[in-house]
Amino acid sequence: MDWTLFVTQLLNGVQLGVLLFLLASGLTLIFGIMDFVNLAHGSLYMVGAYLCASLTQWTGSFLLAVALALPLTALVGLVVEFVVIRRLYARNHLDHVLATFGLILCFDAAVQFLWGPAGMAIPLPAFLNGRVELLPGIVFPTFRLLIIAVGLLVALGLYLVVMRTRAGMLVRAGASNRTMVSALGVDIQTLFTLVFAAGAAMAGLAGMMIAPITEASIGMGNEIIIVAFVVIIIGGIGSIKGAFLAALLVGLIDTMGRSFLDTFLKLFFSDQNAETAAPALSAMLIYVLMATILAFRPQGLFPPKGR
Amino acid sequence: MAPFLPISPGRWPPRGWAMAIGLALLAILPAYVSLTGEAFYMDLASRLMILGMAAVSLNLILGHGGMISFGHAAYLGIGAYCVGIPAYYGIYDGFIQIPLAVACSALFALVTGAICLRTKGVYFIMITMAFTQMVFFAFVSLEEYGGDDGLVIDLRSQFAGPVDIEGATGLYYFIFAALLATLYLVHRITRSRFGMVIEGARGNERRMHAIGYDTYRYRLTCYVIAGAICGFAGALLGNFTNFISPEMMDWSASGELIFMVVLGGTGTLFGPVLGAAAFVLLEEWLSAITIYWRFIFGAMLILVVLFWRGGLNGLVDWIGRAAWRKRS
Repeated sequence: MDWTLFVTQLLNGVQLGVLLFLLASGLTLIFGIMDFVNLAHGSLYMVGAYLCASLTQWTGSFLLAVALALPLTALVGLVVEFVVIRRLYARNHLDHVLATFGLILCFDAAVQFLWGPAGMAIPLPAFLNGRVELLPGIVFPTFRLLIIAVGLLVALGLYLVVMRTRAGMLVRAGASNRTMVSALGVDIQTLFTLVFAAGAAMAGLAGMMIAPITEASIGMGNEIIIVAFVVIIIGGIGSIKGAFLAALLVGLIDTMGRSFLDTFLKLFFSDQNAETAAPALSAMLIYVLMATILAFRPQGLFPPKGR
Repeated sequence: MAPFLPISPGRWPPRGWAMAIGLALLAILPAYVSLTGEAFYMDLASRLMILGMAAVSLNLILGHGGMISFGHAAYLGIGAYCVGIPAYYGIYDGFIQIPLAVACSALFALVTGAICLRTKGVYFIMITMAFTQMVFFAFVSLEEYGGDDGLVIDLRSQFAGPVDIEGATGLYYFIFAALLATLYLVHRITRSRFGMVIEGARGNERRMHAIGYDTYRYRLTCYVIAGAICGFAGALLGNFTNFISPEMMDWSASGELIFMVVLGGTGTLFGPVLGAAAFVLLEEWLSAITIYWRFIFGAMLILVVLFWRGGLNGLVDWIGRAAWRKRS
């Protein structure tokens, strides 16, 4: 096997993994604390990407645009929480799924109305647009390295906030027993609104990070949100550690499967069979993984303690 | 949940009337179309009935069984591909295609249901969705059968004897008969001892378990029946559109099926058909008005969830009560 290709794909897998983590961490907290299924989380990812694209055009600077788009996406999240989602906490999962499905339709149409049906590319500044040689022979795009760095930094920051601060303590307590927390006099509603806004900002950040590579497009969140759900189910709902590890696992398995499954299958089957089966199998791989894990551990790999 | 309707001899409940009127309208539609020549309505009604069948089957597990499946569109796709793939190889025999569609769907439901039903709540919603994504991606990457672009079915299923669904009217009545059969079957299932166990397991699974029912097996059986019916609907959908693509199994298609069930009224017999009708007509009407119709559609979905419990069947009950009060 080609060594440099392997390392490059490994890095690509990590990059996909941290991107998934940015989405999944907010999702798992919203899920864990309020038992709320938010299908529309992917729409915030899309909104973040579009806001960043427009702001890059206006300000001429990608980094400035990200700095401005982050609070704006959080604001969109706040508005959505205040207008729709707040009314749904007491309902069952079916209502959550339906209402947030409705939100997705609204978001997709609104974005089409505001930005038009075509996608929007985000030009990168020159110093991010190049490539660096990490090891002799291994050249990797600078921007993808930046994505990995940003993702890891956010993960670290989130870890510190959740494990070392008072707000984080409440979040953890809420994830393991929200009735008890609110009985102890904590305003769980405000806590949740804040968590929702933070989750929206992280989802938006993920959108801003991917848009320079793929461009912002309508419905871009609808594919990846399912993968983010796979991540939090594998990781155990409500667990940030689980979301992080599962995100990396899913990112790596998906990327590696797409690049090397045909080579792997050729060891066992004829070349032609391997080449027919590999694309189908590699696209299904993460779902097979999820089904296998759920069949043996219905609570996911790292369910939060105290449930 | 709706209480048992008081059954008084000599008077039909309003829902019965709604169903009878709805089915009667569907039955005479081709005659109306042949007079006016507006073939467009036939297409609309055919689509509506097929989606209605799918929604009725979803309602069997979702409304009666409390199993929120977010992957029901998989069966539509599997059923359609069971028509399309044999047709691709020149096998047009409906007596092969349709049993194949039902069998494949039932098998898929059995295998995935056995795993899904081990989980509860959100996990169940997500794992059913994941399995459907699996099928979706499997068909996307099957280049032989068109992959992403889909596959055109050049001839519809062929049956021996007088049954001929190549023409629009023949197909229409075939779908209509299938819808009637589905409604009858689901009606019998929900009124049977089996159906009562399924309802009971939704209400309180632990209690049903305690009085000696292996609820897992009952649920799995119910899940397989619903999948098989929806696979049949899928085979009809393939025949109707003459075109199949993985798009049919997109997760938003599963979401739309849930919307139809909830819009019509969960746990009722004819509600899902009303929901499917409202869905298809609204989609047609709104998309003619504006290209941003999805926004109105989404907003309506949210409003229905927030403020309008009971669905269209609840509305029918309300009209029925109002009419009854006026008379007495």
